[in-house]
Amino acid sequence: MSTPTPTIKVATEREARRAGEVDLFTPVVTAAPKIRVESLNFFYGRTQALHDISLDIPERVVMAFIGPSGCGKSTFLRTLNRMNDIVPNTRIEGRVLIDGRDIYAPGTDVVALRRKVGMVFQKSNPFPKSIFENVAYGLRINRLFSSRAELEARVEQALRDAALWEEVKDRLKASALGLSGGQQQRLCIARALAVKPEVLLMDEPASALDPIATQKIEELIVELKKNYTIVIVTHNMQQAARVSDFTAFFWMGKLIEVNTTEKMFTNPDQKLTEDYITGRFG
Amino acid sequence: MKTDQRRRILSATMTTLTALCALFAVLVLLVILGYIIWRGVGALNWRFLIDTPKPVGEGGGIGNAIVGSLLLIALASAMGIPFGIATGLYLAEYGGGRFGNLVRFVADTLTGVPSIVVGVFVYAVIVLPMQQFSAFAGSVALAVIMVPIVARTTEEMIRLVPGSLREAALALGAPQWRATLGIVMPAAASGIATGAMLAIARIAGETAPLLFTAFGSRFFSLYLDQPIASLTVQIYNYAISPYDEWHAQAWAATLVLMALILAINFAVRFFTRRRY
Repeated sequence: MSTPTPTIKVATEREARRAGEVDLFTPVVTAAPKIRVESLNFFYGRTQALHDISLDIPERVVMAFIGPSGCGKSTFLRTLNRMNDIVPNTRIEGRVLIDGRDIYAPGTDVVALRRKVGMVFQKSNPFPKSIFENVAYGLRINRLFSSRAELEARVEQALRDAALWEEVKDRLKASALGLSGGQQQRLCIARALAVKPEVLLMDEPASALDPIATQKIEELIVELKKNYTIVIVTHNMQQAARVSDFTAFFWMGKLIEVNTTEKMFTNPDQKLTEDYITGRFG
Repeated sequence: MKTDQRRRILSATMTTLTALCALFAVLVLLVILGYIIWRGVGALNWRFLIDTPKPVGEGGGIGNAIVGSLLLIALASAMGIPFGIATGLYLAEYGGGRFGNLVRFVADTLTGVPSIVVGVFVYAVIVLPMQQFSAFAGSVALAVIMVPIVARTTEEMIRLVPGSLREAALALGAPQWRATLGIVMPAAASGIATGAMLAIARIAGETAPLLFTAFGSRFFSLYLDQPIASLTVQIYNYAISPYDEWHAQAWAATLVLMALILAINFAVRFFTRRRY
């Protein structure tokens, strides 16, 4: 099965602005994508998990990855900030360019990469520290502040950006483990935002949350799109439809289709995509 | 109906049996504790706690032995605990290969080595070349006993820390060593402290490895190159003596030793309690 290039109108941001066609909620496709993946293959030992994946992700959009369990979408997400490096016996072929630079090139600073490409995991995983220290951790290890006041300001900003500030401002010193599941996940988002990444990878960020907490996370994603490029893996197709501008459909380690979310859910190009979206399998 | 009743009776019997076993185990401990208090409290007074030993009939105390034991335990911990924690850290983080398995096997074997063997070993490698029994040699013997205990518990505790915590730290741009030291280790801290405490409790009660290393002394001493007194050796010497007064003092010293271990226990638990 071939992997069609998404048919997306390409315009530079400046042209689009001048033409007045654009507001913050329409996807702007810049000529140079934020992330470009070129014929990526990925192996766990001898098992090939990803087959020849090529994909462009524009800047400041939300792209959703959908597909059945084990289709490789999480693995693919984790190649974008080299989180798979810590999994033993893995091998990668192909290129992943972020802002035009190959992140798998020898001599790449993985620490700097991960600061630029933040990640939120499926299961909220706050550190067993205070709420404040959780958000401050990334700032501390990357020395991103010069004074206590600046540190506090940046922690507050991150918590505000994650829509958590109002709920925790009076108990910043309390344990992060005392928060509810939804709050913990927003704390993890705040923690990732604090280091001011440019890309945010989210691996099923709402799969363990109740509908209300899920709604909050989704609103947050739409809000964050103004400043960040967001890639979100989700099992929930309604969620993909609600929050994303583009959707990529993975199946058995292959990228089957990439399209604007609207087209994907109304008139997909591939039969397989249609079958999956309409619930005929998976 | 019939099988149902049999199952219930069996279940009740087994529950009762296990409860009885648990009760028996606790009872034995309580009896030992009670007996030591009963026998030891008689000879216990302030002079006993601060005096040095005196000839039979003149009283005397175990002040020097308390100081000696504390010094030995502190020095052995200072050597053995960091060593053990570092070893455990290595085993948990990088010990997947053949070398790791070898280290694990050796550590497990070392845990089972009788402590007197450790004493003889230290006698051969430290006491003989120095031509002198010494507090240092005693501490080394105790530290050797501590290392495998601390190493294995540290490894187990670090393995219990969820991988997602480490991933979260790495995803924020933390280098591996910072993720380990700043996130994984603190998350495992109370478990590691428990391991260290077990090791301390174990060595605090050791007599055999000190007999040929620290040897014992009748005087106050803080010199590391000199023989030094310890509670356990003191108890041993008094207990095998033919004098009733010394027997009573041995009981009292036993009580002090137990109180000491209990105090260390509480202190470590207090300082490593979970704050979050």
